[in-house]
Amino acid sequence: MVVVLLVTIIVFGLSRLLPGGPARAILGTHATPTNIAAFNRENGLTGPLPAQYWHWLTGVLTGNFGFSYVLNQPVSSLLAERLPKTAFLAGVSVVLAVLVAVPVGLYQAVRRGRADDYAVTTVTFVLYSTPAFWVALLLIDILSVRLHVFPAEAPQGSFSAIFSDPGAMVLPVLTITLVTIAAFSRYVRSSVLDELAQDYVRMARSKGTTRRAILLRHVLRNALSPVVTLLGLSLPFILSGTLITEEVFNYPGIGLLAYNAATQQDYPVLLGVVLVVGIATVVGSLLADIAYALLDPRVQLASDAGAGR
Amino acid sequence: MSIENVTTVLSGDEPGGIAEAEASGGWLWLRSFTANRLAVAGLVVVVVLTLFSFLGPLFYHTDQIHTRIGMETLAPGPGRPLGTDDVGYDQLGRLMVAGQTTLEVAFGAAAVAVLVGVAWGAVAGYLGGFVDALMMRIVDALLAIPALLLLLYLATVFRPNVLMLIVVVGLTAWLVPARLVRAEALTLRSREYVLAAKTMGVRTPTLIVRHIVTNSIGTIVVNATFQVADAILVVAALSFLGLGIAPPATNWGAMLSNGLNYSYSGYWWLVYPPGIAIVITVVAFNLIGDGLRDAFGLDTRRQ
Repeated sequence: MVVVLLVTIIVFGLSRLLPGGPARAILGTHATPTNIAAFNRENGLTGPLPAQYWHWLTGVLTGNFGFSYVLNQPVSSLLAERLPKTAFLAGVSVVLAVLVAVPVGLYQAVRRGRADDYAVTTVTFVLYSTPAFWVALLLIDILSVRLHVFPAEAPQGSFSAIFSDPGAMVLPVLTITLVTIAAFSRYVRSSVLDELAQDYVRMARSKGTTRRAILLRHVLRNALSPVVTLLGLSLPFILSGTLITEEVFNYPGIGLLAYNAATQQDYPVLLGVVLVVGIATVVGSLLADIAYALLDPRVQLASDAGAGR
Repeated sequence: MSIENVTTVLSGDEPGGIAEAEASGGWLWLRSFTANRLAVAGLVVVVVLTLFSFLGPLFYHTDQIHTRIGMETLAPGPGRPLGTDDVGYDQLGRLMVAGQTTLEVAFGAAAVAVLVGVAWGAVAGYLGGFVDALMMRIVDALLAIPALLLLLYLATVFRPNVLMLIVVVGLTAWLVPARLVRAEALTLRSREYVLAAKTMGVRTPTLIVRHIVTNSIGTIVVNATFQVADAILVVAALSFLGLGIAPPATNWGAMLSNGLNYSYSGYWWLVYPPGIAIVITVVAFNLIGDGLRDAFGLDTRRQ
C-alpha cells in the first residue's frame, strides 16, 4: 500500500519535471500567462504542492487520469481500451517463456559442463545480449518476408481481432517469449544447481530414490519457488520488452500508446501509462509473494514479509 | 596472461606464514577469475573493442562530421572496408566513433547507478529500522515503473546528449545495486568488527564507507559489470525509439536501428557490424560478470 502511494507521488513528481510546468507543456509555448492561470485553476494546479497532489490523487481514485489533448479523449478510456491487449500479449508470452525456460534450465543444470549445456548457454547468452528490436526485425525478415509464414503486422482494431487473426499474433508473442526465455532459463539453471547441492538431495539419493523422482518431485518444486518471485519482479522488464515489440509490430497496446504519447509530447497519457503499469507491477509482485509462500511452506507470510522484498 | 603474473608476484613476494595465507586469500578471486577462460575471453573482447573505438581513429582517419552526397550506401571495397552509410559516412570509422559514445555512456551510466545505489543501500541497510523501511519502499516504488517507460518520459523532457544519457540511464538503474548492497549491509552491521568500530567511536559515515562498502565490494563490482551490459542494451533501445543522441554523434544502437531501415535493400554492412558489436560487447560484459561472481563466491541467484 505504501509502495502504491509512493508510485503515485513519483508520477506526480514527474509531471512537475516538465519545463514550465504541466500547463505550458500542454498549452504550448505560445500560451499567455492568462491562459496558463486559467488552466491551472481548472485543473487544481494552484496552491501548495501537497494540495495539488491531493487534488490529483482524488481525481485518479475516481478514475480521472487527465485528458489527452492530442487524441481528444480522457486518458482513462484510452487505458481501458489498450490495457487488456498488452496484458494478453505479455501474459501469453510469459506463460510460454516459463513453459520453455523451466525444462531447458533443468536440463542444463543436470547436464552441467557438458557440450549441450554450453550450446544452450551460448544461445541464451546471445539472445539475451541482442537488442529486442533486432530480434523482432530478424523474425520479420525470416518468417514474414522470406518464408511468408506469418504477417509482419499485429492484429489491429478491437480486442476480439486478436482471436480472429491468431497468426498475426505469432511474431509479437515469439519476440517477447524469446527475449524472456533467455533471461529465465539462466535463472532456472542456477536455481536448480543450488538445489542439487543441498543435503536433502544427497539424502534422497542415499535412500534409493531415483534420479528422475528427485528431480521432478523435490528439486524442481524447490527451485521453482524463486522463479515465482522472479516473475513478479521481472514484470517491468517484460513490459519494457513489450513496449519495443508493440512499436515494431504496431500492436495497439499501452506500450505503443506510451510511445506515441512520448513522440507527440502527450504527457497526460504517458504519465497515465506509467502510473497504471507501476501499480500493476506492485500488485503483481505482491501476488508473486503470496504464491511463493503457498509453494514453499518454509516461508511464513509474517508481518514483516514485505521487508524482505 | 599478465594478470596471472601479477597474482603470482603478489602472493609469492609475501614472506611466509600467515601473511602469505592472507595475501593469497585476498587475491584468490583473481586467480579463480583468470582460470575462467570465458571470463578472460570477455575481458579481452572488451579491451580490444575499447582500443578499437578510442585508438582506432588515430590510425584510420575518416570524416565523421560532414555528410557526402553521392557517396551513400556504397558496398565495402578498396579504401572503405565496411562501405559507407546512408549519408556517406565511412562505416568502419563510424563504428569507432559510435563505439566511443556507446562505451562512454555504458561505463558512465553504470558508474552513476552503482555510486547512487551503493550509497543508498549501505545507508539504508546500516541504519535499519524506519529509515531503512522508507528508503527501500522508495526503491520498490521506482522498481515498479519499467525503466524504458521512465526513460521514454525523461528523454522527451530532457534533450539527450552523452552526459544526459549517462545521468538518465544511471538514475533508472541504481535500484538493483541499492537492494544488493542493502542486503549485504544488513548482515555486516552486526559483525563484531563493525560493532567494535562503533564502540570505539568511529563516526557513522566513516564506518559505512570503511566497513560496509569495502566488505560488499565483490557484490558491487559484479553488479557494475552487469550494469554496463544492460546500459548498452537500454541505450540501443532508446536509439531505436528515436530518443538517442542527435547526429552527427551516434552510437552502435543508433547505427543498428538506422541500418535496419535498409534491411530490404540488401545493405548488410549497415546492419551486421553495429549489431554484432553490440551483441559481443554485451556477451563479453556478462561473461566477465559471471566470472567475477564465481570468483568472489557469490550466490548466483542474488544478482
